[in-house]
Amino acid sequence: MSTSGVAGVNARPVPRRHGARMAGVLPYLLSMPALLACVGILIPFINAVYYSLQRYNLAFPTTRKFIWFGNYVSLLSDAGFWHTILVSMTYTILTVGLELLLGLGIAMLLWRRTLVTNLLSVALILPLMVAPAIASLMWKLMTNANFGILSYFVSLLGFHDFKWASAPQTAMFTVVLVDMWVYTPFITILLLAGLRGLPRQPFEAAELDGVPATFVFFRIMLPMLFPYILTAGLFRMLDSIQQFDIIYAMTQGGPGDTLMVFQIQAYTQAFIFTNIGRASAILVILWAITYALSNVFVKNWLRLRERARGRA
Amino acid sequence: MNGKSVLRAVALTLIGLFFLFPLFWVVLMSFMTNADILRNPPSPFFSPTFHNYVALVSGQLVTTVGTQKIDYMLNLFNSTVLSAFSVILSLILGVPAAYAFARYKFRLGEDMAFTLLSFRFAPPLLVLLPLLLYFQSIGLYDTYIGLIWVYQLITLPLVLWIVRGYFEDVSEDIELAYRLDGHSWLSTFFRISIPLARPGIAAAALLSFIFAWNNFIFALILGSSSVQPVTVGALAFVTASGIEYGQIAAALVFSIVPTLVLAMFTQRYLVEGLSLGAIKG
Repeated sequence: MSTSGVAGVNARPVPRRHGARMAGVLPYLLSMPALLACVGILIPFINAVYYSLQRYNLAFPTTRKFIWFGNYVSLLSDAGFWHTILVSMTYTILTVGLELLLGLGIAMLLWRRTLVTNLLSVALILPLMVAPAIASLMWKLMTNANFGILSYFVSLLGFHDFKWASAPQTAMFTVVLVDMWVYTPFITILLLAGLRGLPRQPFEAAELDGVPATFVFFRIMLPMLFPYILTAGLFRMLDSIQQFDIIYAMTQGGPGDTLMVFQIQAYTQAFIFTNIGRASAILVILWAITYALSNVFVKNWLRLRERARGRA
Repeated sequence: MNGKSVLRAVALTLIGLFFLFPLFWVVLMSFMTNADILRNPPSPFFSPTFHNYVALVSGQLVTTVGTQKIDYMLNLFNSTVLSAFSVILSLILGVPAAYAFARYKFRLGEDMAFTLLSFRFAPPLLVLLPLLLYFQSIGLYDTYIGLIWVYQLITLPLVLWIVRGYFEDVSEDIELAYRLDGHSWLSTFFRISIPLARPGIAAAALLSFIFAWNNFIFALILGSSSVQPVTVGALAFVTASGIEYGQIAAALVFSIVPTLVLAMFTQRYLVEGLSLGAIKG
């Protein structure tokens, strides 16, 4: 029996065979537009890798030439690039480490629901919703040497000539502080959701048995919360190692080369020195790092996601 | 009150201060005249003035050396256009794809989903640098369309992974029952699947709007002042207005109010959105 015969007698046919055929193509049809939009972005990405293998300076177009790993070799033998690696690592470790500690601490303080903790957990969302570049400009206003309120506060504490982002000694401290202001709430919000989702019984049992608080913290809470801590930390690490907005808006990498993290260094190479080849090589190295990190991240994230879906 | 709860209260106060004071102070500064701002010691008591905001809205900045025209309102308009259309495009592209990934186990499906996800973690400049050279040669540089397309890097993964989770939660049986009633696949999709996933779609839309609004680097590289959003505009504004600190503060307040207001609506979905669906709020 063909479908057309059925359609003849029934005004509303259930298109069985047709449906089965459609089910094969349908998913591709549905996801194709999204994919096409991304292919357009994937091509330049491959191109960047190709640029990184060329001597390619916009100021000297005639010298453009394929040089294999020349850019990478010259980067690795350049003290400036090792400085960039060091600065990026410092920034990443400081921000992620401090934010995890502070974020966990705050999440634990907000764990029990009261009016104050509910209000505070809403208030914490606010800094997270401020664009990092704008946050940097806000802190720049507050740390201005002439009228900055924070400069005034630290002068009350006895630091009269505290120069914040304009002195090489304190520039890193300043941008890390801005990063913490913006992103600690991110960690707090995720960990708070994790904490509130934990089963209550182990904690109640521990309280009944009079188990010391440090034991509860290290042997019960931390292990149970660990998947959340890991996901939040890796998430932040992936962002932090690519930090651009906060540092660019604050000092553009200065003073001197104090804050020349990966992407700022690449930006400087591309837009100040028009050296596309070298800039691309820096970015490919950064991409290799983030790719490795994101693989670890995705594994953890998937496990959490499965669990969240399972609970629903 | 025992010692422990005093300590707790102190800690909560300090946390509140650290995270809220900067916002409070910048809002205060935006209502100050330059004389008030430069007063030493600084004081939260002053007679508020709206003239910083008036100057911004009219585009006529009063500086010590005369008036200067700065079209900061254009930056606000650009932010709105870029974010709104990026979200709309992401929903059109992302919702059907999210449905496909949630419902069908198909070859390359997971690969595609993860390719889209991986964009979220690649260094933006790596893509922006070659794109800049392309855009200049095909005329997409400094256009809304070019930027909205690139903004998909931020908004599309968000829409895809949040909405996918909601589709996975919708029982297939409801869809099947409706189809057996003789309705086409298309009408099932629009009349059953989408309405059931609506909270997820709304959450994804609001969150991706906020993320698009807060983006800085894309428009810094791929546009000039005519299409640049407030994030980039504010930086230019700081340089241009020099020592008019009240106006700078007002400009910053203008740029953050829309996202702060939206954030109040997204609260419920924030956890899920920020973790790309990995943690339920």
